Amino acid sequence: MLICAVQHGSRAGWYNPRMADLAAPRHTFTVRITHWITVACFFALLVSGIEVLISHPRLYWGEEGNVNIQPLFTLPIPASRSIVSTGYGYVLPDQNGWSRSLHFEAAWALVLTGILYFLAGLIGGHFRKNMVPSGADLSWAALSKSIADHLRFRRPSASEAASYNVLQRLVYLGVVFVLFPMTVWTGLAMSPAIASVAPSGVTLLGGQQSARTLHFFCTVLLVLFVIVHIVMVGFSGFGNRMRAMITGQATAQDIDSQLEQL
Amino acid sequence: MSQLSRRKLVTTVLGTAAGASGVAVAARLADRQGLSPPEWHGIYGPGDTLTCAAQKLLTRNSMAREFSRDLISKAPFANKVAPLSGEFKRLQAGGFADWRLVIDGMVARPASLSLADIRGYPSASQITQVTCEEGWSYVAEWIGAPLFHVLNAVGILPEAKYVVYDSMDKGWADSIDMADALHPQTFLTYGMNGGELPVGFGGPLRIRVPRQLGYKSVKYITRLTVTSSSKELPAPSSYSWYAGI
Repeated sequence: MLICAVQHGSRAGWYNPRMADLAAPRHTFTVRITHWITVACFFALLVSGIEVLISHPRLYWGEEGNVNIQPLFTLPIPASRSIVSTGYGYVLPDQNGWSRSLHFEAAWALVLTGILYFLAGLIGGHFRKNMVPSGADLSWAALSKSIADHLRFRRPSASEAASYNVLQRLVYLGVVFVLFPMTVWTGLAMSPAIASVAPSGVTLLGGQQSARTLHFFCTVLLVLFVIVHIVMVGFSGFGNRMRAMITGQATAQDIDSQLEQL
Repeated sequence: MSQLSRRKLVTTVLGTAAGASGVAVAARLADRQGLSPPEWHGIYGPGDTLTCAAQKLLTRNSMAREFSRDLISKAPFANKVAPLSGEFKRLQAGGFADWRLVIDGMVARPASLSLADIRGYPSASQITQVTCEEGWSYVAEWIGAPLFHVLNAVGILPEAKYVVYDSMDKGWADSIDMADALHPQTFLTYGMNGGELPVGFGGPLRIRVPRQLGYKSVKYITRLTVTSSSKELPAPSSYSWYAGI
């Protein structure tokens, strides 16, 4: 990376101490590797989770819930068990064995990756520098400008794209520190073994079936986040953003346009 | 690539190797401590082992959640039962007077117990949840003989590690380790919600393992075999052996 900085510096023909910052990786090594492990785990968790959910696509509130009990709502999808009447004339095959095993294997990988990401973000200052919005950004004027920019689909300039904007920061913080822990908590609350150790972890959520329903809603929010995230990546330059998250390097145009602004 | 990325590459490779050998050592230690499931190889081996070892450690002295009487489900769900055999129907016609629970394997005094014999052991009750792996659940009062009373009476040998249970429901057999077998809430269940255990719910005799998913609480138990060898356990199904989830 130092070499990169020197190369770009010599191309521009002059030296500025801020160039080193510019040529530093767009995303650190830890952010990149944990990002892609998370992508793989999330995909595995989503597919296996849907597979387990379709064996009983009814969601309840409280402690108990079964076909003899009125559900909170029923998902309008076919089921993989004949005991659930879905209105569809067929029953999907039971895939719960490998689905559950994959779900927990991916969950372990994701939680361990999350711990690594959390420690690195805390020690390396990623949260402080890149995620916590500045006081000025949180002002009503700055927030409404950012919201308006997003609603108008205004393309960010290269320098704006070089760091997360305020809405992005708030959403990332929400996903990392609220949604992700909530998904883990509501998942663990469904485990009879964990419930035997930490019963209040279940009762605080309203019961085991409530935990299952909340786990479902956490997933819906995470999927919505992923869709918006991918759309925004596409909008702000899919190739560049992918390159930045894979190799860590911004493109030459990015760096040149930023050098011009110095 | 710059030197820095090379250093990073080396660090990553070394870190991964250290991590992998750490996991391998941990897996062996867990196995020796009786924390890993009997079948912990294959692609889901690491996840199954981590879950089993972590939960076995955490739940050494834990009790399944018990509920107050007013939380007992008014509409418990028996689940679908495979058509029961002619022999089951014959026993049912005789009021299960000829039902026998055979206890063999690594025990000092193998036994063949009638339901009356099992009712002769100290009885206990628990109001616990049945949590099906599909996602549904209900709460019921379960009445039975805690399995440890029965196992103490037949005298399990010190090297025993697992209790295998066979069912009259064709194809259903499973096993638990001694920690679960001796747990005070593991019952040979013959009663439910103040009455007899209905056939739909596993009557006349069902094992209850309330800290694991419902599929470990097998219905129509006819045989318990105590063993020290994981090779004598029923063939692994696609469902994990340890189901504390």
